[in-house]
Amino acid sequence: MSTLEGERYDAVIIGAGMSGLAAGIRLALFNKRVLILERHNAPGGLNSYYSRSGLRFDVGLHAMTNFVRQGVKGTPLTKLFRQLRIPCEAFALCEQYGSRIHFPDVQLEFTNDFTHFESQIADKFPHEADNFRRLVVALKAFDETALDYQPCGAKDVIKKFIHDPILTDMLLLPLMYYGSANENDMDWAQFVIMFKSIYCEGFARPFEGVRCILRELTKKYKSLGGERKMGLGVKRIHTLNTHAKALELDNGSMITADHIFSSAGLVETLRLCDDQPPNTGGEHIGKLSYVETIHALDIQPSALGWKDTIVFFNTQKEFTYRCPQLPVDLHSGVICFPNNYHYVNDEPLEQGWLRITALANYNYWKSLAPDAYQDAKTEWFTQLTSTALNCLPPVSVDVLKSHTVDIDMFTPTTVERFTGHLGGAIYGSPQKNRNGKTHLDNLYLIGTDQGFLGIVGAMLSGISMANYHVLKND
Amino acid sequence: MTHEEVKQIVLDIIAEIAPDEDISNVKPDVRLREQLDLDSMDFLDIVMELRKKHGIEVPEEDYTKLASLDSCAEYLTPKFKAKAS
Repeated sequence: MSTLEGERYDAVIIGAGMSGLAAGIRLALFNKRVLILERHNAPGGLNSYYSRSGLRFDVGLHAMTNFVRQGVKGTPLTKLFRQLRIPCEAFALCEQYGSRIHFPDVQLEFTNDFTHFESQIADKFPHEADNFRRLVVALKAFDETALDYQPCGAKDVIKKFIHDPILTDMLLLPLMYYGSANENDMDWAQFVIMFKSIYCEGFARPFEGVRCILRELTKKYKSLGGERKMGLGVKRIHTLNTHAKALELDNGSMITADHIFSSAGLVETLRLCDDQPPNTGGEHIGKLSYVETIHALDIQPSALGWKDTIVFFNTQKEFTYRCPQLPVDLHSGVICFPNNYHYVNDEPLEQGWLRITALANYNYWKSLAPDAYQDAKTEWFTQLTSTALNCLPPVSVDVLKSHTVDIDMFTPTTVERFTGHLGGAIYGSPQKNRNGKTHLDNLYLIGTDQGFLGIVGAMLSGISMANYHVLKND
Repeated sequence: MTHEEVKQIVLDIIAEIAPDEDISNVKPDVRLREQLDLDSMDFLDIVMELRKKHGIEVPEEDYTKLASLDSCAEYLTPKFKAKAS
């Protein structure tokens, strides 16, 4: 097996997640010699999959955001397919049934038809209907992808339009859960990206879930001659002045590259560089992490009366989005039913699935010895499940148990292990770096910490950084 | 290489990079962006394909010369001729 020792590439990409694969496709498309290095054996990073006792689990991806029907032009999804030269049929996206934001006294439904959401707001918050329309006009006029954008807090901007704090919280909850690395606020540009991708556009999913997306990306990349090495990470980036001169791999090999794209994260990438102190950037490590519980069921959720695609819930008067003091924050979260999409011919998924995501405290989970960790998983799995059941059409814990064929749970330490993000920071550092530049002239950030979030955002991040730093200047 | 041939080359590239666009009725004297949904990312790809497929270089300051099919032909034909000779 090749050790890669002494190899020279036009570009090396750290991480075979969505952003790395997309950057790789762009570079390989224009005849660059590209190598993607992935420390794990499965691609996908945060959005990945595994099989266990014959069951095919998905992690990360709840839904593909940014869904627009074929023929709708100028949106991120159409840009993505064009730039990757992948036909949109390849992902075979099927639309959601409908999703819901569940608060103590009020609920808002949304589908892939934005007018439905507008009428929900007019119905539940009549005093804010005009304000909401003005907010939508403002955010549609905003260029959220400008690489020279100066960050500002979304809550301050929203306040200029919406006065009801409950509506503000309701609008923010899904967008924060699907992409905010900031506690209790999100960046305005991120808000705009997420608002358009979730409310204006919408949710869809391939029948085979994240496997389908990763397979298509990998197939395209390989067909263009891109090279990929799984199970091999980058140990060190050797520098000379302000230049990355070589990469030292986990197996000890040294390789060189004109350009290096890293999806490892801002702090994580800096700490790979031999010109940085070992604990550099500690203040920029993200604080937000999640647990997710997974129930595999022998029944379709709709047969239990569960017909939502995704439920974003908050059980308190005020919604807080921050690292909880307790191991898991039981006051809010996201419930996802991958079964509840309009699959072709209404074909059901083999299993029923119930996935519940909530904020979690990394330090607590990290501190546990193996036995205590297993016990904590069992305890919080039960607690989070019963909280979520209160936000769904009634099904008793016993009935749910009788239909459960397997369970699993990931915690902040699982996130850290599989994404490499320090602190299990699910959306990376609050410090985003739009132009991807680092202190080294040939090392660039892609993915979460470049700042285009969501799964479509991640791919666009890889694309736009490859274009901006390499292809445009060729 | 004639102007018509160069226009066809550009149309073929557009068909490849933006297969969802209908290019059957593109007016040569009207800006491409006014007739088709093409953004700066797409124009970068047109330039990249000209180089990859035909060895033609278009520096960034000349991107505006690719505005319409006519202006493409005007600007690119001498480059194709120089390449051929």
